[in-house]
Amino acid sequence: PPAMPGPPLPGQTVAGPPAAQPNHVSSPPPPSAMAGPHSGPPMRGLHGPPPPTHPAQPGYQMQQNGSFGQMRGPQPNYGGGYPGTPHYGTQPGPPPPPKRLDPDSIPSPIQVIEDDRSNRGSEPFVTGVRGQVPPLVTTNFLVKDQGNASPRYIRCTSYNIPCTSDMAKQSQVPLAAVIKPLAALPPEETLPYLVDHGESGPVRCNRCKAYMCPFMQFIEGGRRFQCCFCSCVTEVPPHYFQHLDHTGKRVDFYDRPELSLGSYEFLATVDYCKNNKFPSPPAFIFMIDVSYNAVKSGLVRLICEELKSLLDYLPREGNMEESAIRVGFVTYNKVLHFYNVKSSLAQPQMMVVSDVADMFVPLLDGFLVNVNESRTVIASLLDQIPEMFADTRETETVFAPVIQAGLEALKAAECAGKLFIFHTSLPIAEAPGKLKNRDDKKLINTDKEKTLFQPQTSFYNNLAKDCVAQGCCVDLFLFPNQYLDVATLGVVTFQTGGSIYKYAYFQLETDQDRFLNDLRRDVQKEVGFDAVMRVRTSTGIRATDFFGAFYMSNTTDVEMAGLDCDKTITVEFKHDDKLSEDSGALLQCALLYTSCAGQRRLRIHNLSLNCCTQLADLYRNCETDTLINYLAKYAYRGVLSSPVKAVRDALISQCAQILACYRKNCASPSSAGQLILPECMKLLPVYLNCVLKSDVLQPGPEVTTDDRAYIRQLVTSMDVAETNVFFYPRLLPLTKADVDSDSLPAAIRNSEERLSKGDIYLLENGLNIFVWVGVNVQQGLIQNLFGVSSFSQISNTLSTLPVLENAFSKKVRSIVSMLQMQRSRYMKLIIVKQEDKLEMLFKHFLVEDKSLSGGASYVDFLCHMHKEIRQLLS
Amino acid sequence: MATYLEFIQQNEERDGVRFSWNVWPSSRLEATRMVVPLACLLTPLKERLDLPPVQYEPVLCSRPTCKAVLNPLCQVDFRAKLWACNFCFQRNQFPPAYAGISEVNQPAELMPQFSTIEYIVQRGPQTPLIFLYVVDTCLEEEDLQALKESLQMSLSLLPADALVGLITFGRMVQVHELSCEGISKSYVFRGTKDLTAKQIQDMLGLSRPAVPIQPGRPLQTPEQPVISSRFLQPVHKIDMNLTDLLGELQRDPWPVTQPLRSTGVALSIAVGLLEGTFPNTGARIMLFTGGPPTQGPGMVVGDELKTPIRSWHDIEKDNARFMKKATKHYEALANRTAANGHCIDIYACALDQTGLLEMKCCANLTGGHMVMGDSFNTSLFKQTFQRVFNKGFNGEFRMAFGASLDVKTSRELKIAGAIGPCISLNAKGPCVSENELGIGGTSQWKICSLDPTTTLAIYFEVVNQHNAPIPQGGRGAVQFVTQYQHSSTQKRIRVTTIARNWADAQSQLQHIEAAFDQEAAAVLMARLGVYRAESEEGPDVLRWLDRQLIRLCQKFGQYNKDDPNSFRLSESFSLYPQFMFHLRRSPFLQVFNNSPDESSYYRHHFARQDLTQSLIMIQPILYAYSFHGPPEPVLLDSSSILPDRILLMDTFFQIVIYLGETIAQWQKAGYQDMPEYENFKHLLQAPLDDAQEILQTRFPMPRYIHTEHGGSQARFLLSKVNPSQTHNNLYAWGQVSREELL
Repeated sequence: PPAMPGPPLPGQTVAGPPAAQPNHVSSPPPPSAMAGPHSGPPMRGLHGPPPPTHPAQPGYQMQQNGSFGQMRGPQPNYGGGYPGTPHYGTQPGPPPPPKRLDPDSIPSPIQVIEDDRSNRGSEPFVTGVRGQVPPLVTTNFLVKDQGNASPRYIRCTSYNIPCTSDMAKQSQVPLAAVIKPLAALPPEETLPYLVDHGESGPVRCNRCKAYMCPFMQFIEGGRRFQCCFCSCVTEVPPHYFQHLDHTGKRVDFYDRPELSLGSYEFLATVDYCKNNKFPSPPAFIFMIDVSYNAVKSGLVRLICEELKSLLDYLPREGNMEESAIRVGFVTYNKVLHFYNVKSSLAQPQMMVVSDVADMFVPLLDGFLVNVNESRTVIASLLDQIPEMFADTRETETVFAPVIQAGLEALKAAECAGKLFIFHTSLPIAEAPGKLKNRDDKKLINTDKEKTLFQPQTSFYNNLAKDCVAQGCCVDLFLFPNQYLDVATLGVVTFQTGGSIYKYAYFQLETDQDRFLNDLRRDVQKEVGFDAVMRVRTSTGIRATDFFGAFYMSNTTDVEMAGLDCDKTITVEFKHDDKLSEDSGALLQCALLYTSCAGQRRLRIHNLSLNCCTQLADLYRNCETDTLINYLAKYAYRGVLSSPVKAVRDALISQCAQILACYRKNCASPSSAGQLILPECMKLLPVYLNCVLKSDVLQPGPEVTTDDRAYIRQLVTSMDVAETNVFFYPRLLPLTKADVDSDSLPAAIRNSEERLSKGDIYLLENGLNIFVWVGVNVQQGLIQNLFGVSSFSQISNTLSTLPVLENAFSKKVRSIVSMLQMQRSRYMKLIIVKQEDKLEMLFKHFLVEDKSLSGGASYVDFLCHMHKEIRQLLS
Repeated sequence: MATYLEFIQQNEERDGVRFSWNVWPSSRLEATRMVVPLACLLTPLKERLDLPPVQYEPVLCSRPTCKAVLNPLCQVDFRAKLWACNFCFQRNQFPPAYAGISEVNQPAELMPQFSTIEYIVQRGPQTPLIFLYVVDTCLEEEDLQALKESLQMSLSLLPADALVGLITFGRMVQVHELSCEGISKSYVFRGTKDLTAKQIQDMLGLSRPAVPIQPGRPLQTPEQPVISSRFLQPVHKIDMNLTDLLGELQRDPWPVTQPLRSTGVALSIAVGLLEGTFPNTGARIMLFTGGPPTQGPGMVVGDELKTPIRSWHDIEKDNARFMKKATKHYEALANRTAANGHCIDIYACALDQTGLLEMKCCANLTGGHMVMGDSFNTSLFKQTFQRVFNKGFNGEFRMAFGASLDVKTSRELKIAGAIGPCISLNAKGPCVSENELGIGGTSQWKICSLDPTTTLAIYFEVVNQHNAPIPQGGRGAVQFVTQYQHSSTQKRIRVTTIARNWADAQSQLQHIEAAFDQEAAAVLMARLGVYRAESEEGPDVLRWLDRQLIRLCQKFGQYNKDDPNSFRLSESFSLYPQFMFHLRRSPFLQVFNNSPDESSYYRHHFARQDLTQSLIMIQPILYAYSFHGPPEPVLLDSSSILPDRILLMDTFFQIVIYLGETIAQWQKAGYQDMPEYENFKHLLQAPLDDAQEILQTRFPMPRYIHTEHGGSQARFLLSKVNPSQTHNNLYAWGQVSREELL
């Protein structure tokens, strides 16, 4: 499609560089000291352009003709040698010829990631110290729990919290924690220990009900403890009493995970269960669309075939021999078909419910069964489903009744569980939750654009509420050939903590691997049900806002019908009092959930943070990746209620304020024309720009409304690592890979000018993998990788790389599969040939470049930010 | 013609008609003074071994308002090939096919012995009979098993090409698809939601499928309805499948205290299913239920165990909170079913009531059977159910469907109404009286299902004015035209034309009196009484009956004033007071000691049985067996109970064998096993054999009670006999003490 330039960014016309991007790699910067060991002092960045009205400003000799940039030659690389290096902005010198801003001189994500890897990747991160900033998410590191939760569970935007709300307001740095309560851990790290306090349940503070944790203070010889959150003193229950040693520590400190570790689990008592009854093991219900499209595309057969083997891999608890999860099956088009797969039956029985207006479950016994007991009946059913509907001519589907059916089934069985719904089309059949096609691209960039993200009926919100109450989580696999209103269909999934998977124009040959891998992972992954999460904080701050896939019936409890190991909740905190530097700030995240074997448990994560009275301390202990996670989620929620442009502007303005505040209060005095970024936030502009030009906030013409809604929902429950790579994709030069080692080639920056025509690159963003092949790539490489003799013979419809017996092919395939393993979703592989039609799609992900939809290039955006900051400062 | 008795009997045998009066009073005034209305009991399909049907269409009177069928009473001009209608006097041309008729070459319908004649006509497509089983699964395991076996057995009794369907219900209602292979399919409905016929048909996918019209192919001819319903399949194709399906039926699995039984919705779906697929085709919906409907529309009792099902007491106190609504539901269903020409059978087997009171209209209005038993695991149910599929003498099923009865009268008569398993077709016409007796206001009724014994009471009104005398020797005529679907699926028309003499009641009262059929009259009056009892208070009906009897006695009795002993009734009236006496005591009019369901059940059968059976119901038959002679009928009186007698009582619903005191002692002593007392053994055996004979033929099978003097079950006998001798008849009857007799 032809590129449609979007509206120019404010100020772009004034300060923008020439639109043309260089397509060559600029000469390597002169070697110079990179980011130094000091982390506090202001880092000296760039010069901004002088306002045209200030011709007399000193130090801007080199900037003329309205374009800005730095001198190439003498200019050290960005960030180079900032401690103690002279301030270039004031560096006198002869006015050089006008040059553009050198991309190499601006903060490089690649560099920052690499630096953190080399600095912090080797040592384990020990969590004993309060307020420590963990390594970046892109760094591989081990965690040793010594009293604070691992950053795999909780990451904060800042590990040093301003003591007062004034300070916080002044800085505009959002205080947020990104919590992934059931995060999967690498095999080297131990899972949280399970603590059983017997019938009386976990020991808790009498007042605020915080759970026993390492920060509780035992006093009076151990007879009482003072709550670290609310300072209330509580009697230690007799069975929990233990003497203190000379330091005031309990003698059993190291024997009790809840006293010595940041993360652990309690076994919940019956008081923590719904209706005061221990829960039954959860159930999985597979609900398959058998309308014409689904049958025709081979999807129904594929699902049925896969389920036959997949059912043996349901999540199991610890060392249990078989999964406690029961399974049930429903197929549907305009009506629903339930199946009785009771083990005693010779043949499954089908029960059709056509009263979709008033859904109910027609059977009790035999719907939810143990896989092993009913194995033959289930196999027979899965064999017959594709046959039964092979000749179907039904094209219409219902949707809400399907969820209602699953919900009713779980209600009847008195258990929590998960629905796996495989759905193909907009539900237009007459039924509750029936939808209209209301897609309208004309709404983009209007005040009504937000309606595209809102559900078209509140019906699904109410349904979601019922689902959450029952612990009925909904996972949705969509296979649309046209608009199916993800924004509405996804409501229940989103609010119940489920996942959406979307396979547009599903084709068996190209998409089955991806779908099956996603399905397998989704079915097998660790998951908790009927979960409630509460975040308690020490006095002075309070959790005020929550982002993620969940439902909230009040202002404090995050309810999730299901919570898997990939789901993340971002929590924002606000001050409600002063904090003290001495006591710091504490977070306790308590998650009450039902395990896959039906055990009711509490998972507790504790984190202690420092508090500061100096803004510099705040800026020194920030984490940009987490900040971006928060900002993206905040903005993505904003599009529901505000025009997209307003959301973008608010983001820019907030970041400008953050940086301006730093500049004003923390940076050493320097020329106003200089852009000075805090060390921890030097990537904020580039990442922010990526958020701003993402499909949700600035869609290109090829982005569908469904895609935007889909992305919006995906991002909202992403963790920091996922948002990081999603917004700033990883670009790897495959031809530079060392075929003999396990390592990945060093990543390069996402810009077309970094690509060489003679190389092959891989780009991944967590959803897709692109393999870009330059026109001048050696024939040998092409032969090795694709098994064809020339560039022109490479097929761009490949969905996998051919398996070829040579080192390069093996290496590339191992990189691809390694990346596939790393991400929570199976990424679609797309081969892109340079100068091919598909390249347009690929270029969309070269996020440092100006985008076709009007997104600014990194350089332009940085200038724009600089301008904003200067305006704030002046 | 020797006596009226013989005349009556002949008429009944030939035409299936019994009139209360066989000589008719010639004016309205006189007729009303006769007390017992001019009426008849008509058995439309009375089995006639000597009546081969003719294979052509009847010839009809050309007057549009008449359309009477050519019959032996018509005057025929053989030369002009004309015939005059004996009802409207229209002169009609014979159709061309009758060109060859003459005095010696007459068609059958003109011969006097063919006053009843049956035509087989070719009309429309022949569709097989349909049997839709509606089965309650809220049964005890043992009951369900027995029912399943009965149902499986019944498949072998159905005509091979009959269509069968299966609906099961409990908390939900399941409509089973029978055509599929492998996986068994059923459509499930919530048992609490009333659905319209349209909704049901949509949900079952019965609405006209959007078949793309293929160009170049002619549209399917409408005469061949596509038998496409997946829910109704020919029994020969799926009997294995259905047998398995029935075998796999499980008890309703939902955990509840009181079974949730969605009878109302199940019936509604059954009716809707047939309505959408086979309207106006003979079909039986057979409902098997083991308890009262407890949820949804048509619920009769709540699901709380603590509230028992309504009793007569509750109804009187207006304390039966579900009754009216439920009755309304079932009435609506019954009316729809009848409009479609289908019928509903109810087989209710439970120890407690099952809601027959509310559901009775389903069977009553559609001509369906109503069977009540204690359990499906009894021979009473099993054999009764089997008899539904009995075949007649010519190997045809004794069931017919979708009948309409059209009654035509000569001018002096009008039709007041009918009582029986029928509904009005609302055919107004000149021969319809304004005074209604029973279901009136019409000259046509629909009888959705009938068998050779189904009998309707039809009431007439003489409208001839007193001052316009009928000429001497004039005769009144009535023609009954019954169109129906024979069990062989043929369309048939049976025409019965009868005539009776008019007589002037003032001058010829003795003729009228002699031609009184007291048996028919008793049944006809009883039907009126029972019909009224359904809507009126019991005592009012009894008073009305008493008054009628008194008036009749006044009119026809001979007595001297103030001398009770002088009272005489002629022979043709002699039994009538006795019938009325027992009728007053019968369960049809007395609800004491009967549940509402039982009353409904008894009344249901009373309103459809033929004269003989009806009389047994009114006045049970009592036989005595003793060493003193051959078995003999004895008075239904307590004086008939003697120690050395065995009594056999047949009340239609019960067969009671009662051993007198001595006989019982002998039996206990084991005399029957001693070779020298073989005659005693034979005596004991004789009533058993006779009872078996009755049990074998009666539908529904009676309850069989074997009891003896002092036995608890003896109450069945004691409650029926005239209590001429009781421990307190002194006080009750104000007569001299006869205590020494006791």
